[in-house]
Amino acid sequence: MADHVDRLLEGDRRSAAKLITLIENELPEKEEIIRRIYPHTGKAHVIGVTGSPGAGKSSLIDRLVGTLRSEDLRVGVIAVDPSSPFSGGALLGDRIRMQEHALDRKVFIRSMGTRGTLGGLSRATKDVVKILDAYGSDVILIETVGVGQTELDIMHYADSTVVVLSPGAGDRIQAMKAGIMEIADLFVINKCDTADVTRIKNDIENMIDLSPLAKNWRPPVLKTSAFTGDGIGGLWDKLKEHKNYKNSCGSSATDSHKLKSELLEIMNGKVMARLNTGALSNGKMDEIIDSVLERRIDPYTAADTLLEKLICFREGA
Amino acid sequence: MAKKIRVLVAKPGLDGHDRGARVIARGLRDAGMEVVYTGLHQTPEQIVEAAIQEDVDVVGLSVLSGAQMTIFPRICELLKENGAEDIMVIGGGTVPADDVKELKNGGWAKEIFTPGTTLETIVEWINSNVNTD
Repeated sequence: MADHVDRLLEGDRRSAAKLITLIENELPEKEEIIRRIYPHTGKAHVIGVTGSPGAGKSSLIDRLVGTLRSEDLRVGVIAVDPSSPFSGGALLGDRIRMQEHALDRKVFIRSMGTRGTLGGLSRATKDVVKILDAYGSDVILIETVGVGQTELDIMHYADSTVVVLSPGAGDRIQAMKAGIMEIADLFVINKCDTADVTRIKNDIENMIDLSPLAKNWRPPVLKTSAFTGDGIGGLWDKLKEHKNYKNSCGSSATDSHKLKSELLEIMNGKVMARLNTGALSNGKMDEIIDSVLERRIDPYTAADTLLEKLICFREGA
Repeated sequence: MAKKIRVLVAKPGLDGHDRGARVIARGLRDAGMEVVYTGLHQTPEQIVEAAIQEDVDVVGLSVLSGAQMTIFPRICELLKENGAEDIMVIGGGTVPADDVKELKNGGWAKEIFTPGTTLETIVEWINSNVNTD
């Protein structure tokens, strides 16, 4: 394992790939890996790309990778597709659109299944970003699954969030709804070669006019065509602008907010793990369940009692 | 979390018939595997690079073009050059029995599934040949 971390830091792609697998599979070595690579992270510009299925996220990323490579930037791509709730399997097909970069050693593309997570990404995504960051990526592009209106995890993962829409994606009422329309740092109307996108652009601009959040940074509404390549350069310019904006306004507040949510998530996971590995299985759980069944105590009191035991568990209580 | 079997399904070379590959990809998905599908017209170099970055356990090549005696050895060679010869190579398609024998004897393919093979057979084969510890 130590070897893989050393080789990752030297930029070895096989080690990067192996470490990502380890993290995805939640092996016990995971925490040690993160501990060792963490000092080498925090350099990459992390860009989230989200939008409905078929909006053109993968093709847009493919084009964007081309632009980034023309500036000789090293790029990591994490492409998330849904895992089946029935079989647990997944068809990871985002890579099809990106295969032209397969032989470029400065591009690393990894496909992931959501493996039961509901927010549009997988649980491992945050740590996989760290791997690609330590690997030396200048820019990391995260493609979410094709989302509906409320898969919003990406906002906690990315420095800049791009919401990709396509022409005909709904009227001005759709644009006013809460959820995905609120998390964009940039809007992209893709496939603008196929239709007149003036109306949808106007709808979104009107929505932003009414948005209380748009004080210091007004999300630009850009037109692109991943098919012709139109507007991709402009998208990258705006992404750089957004990063500068974030740097200029001292991003520490948003950073500590993000970190807080990450820590809560980790603690949540650890508590669940401790529950599942049987901290409460030594008869106490059954005892309390019996009390609830017999109506001697209520479920909330029972949960409090169990939680107290769980927290004391480390000290051997 | 238990290890998931990851499979790369690829169509190497100038062969545009990918229905078979898509049926297999779908079948493996339904058997609980994570299937990376790279699409048509892939060079051996592209396939090997994708296999490495995706850290797959198995590369499944769909070949209906008759180019199997070139493609399988080339992919194995490239995997070896990149220190990734632990990734298993299997194939499927219209491969004559003599070629199947030669590919397996030469170590170019661990198994070749020819027309008529059921999905169950392939899933079972992968499950019992990939180390899931």
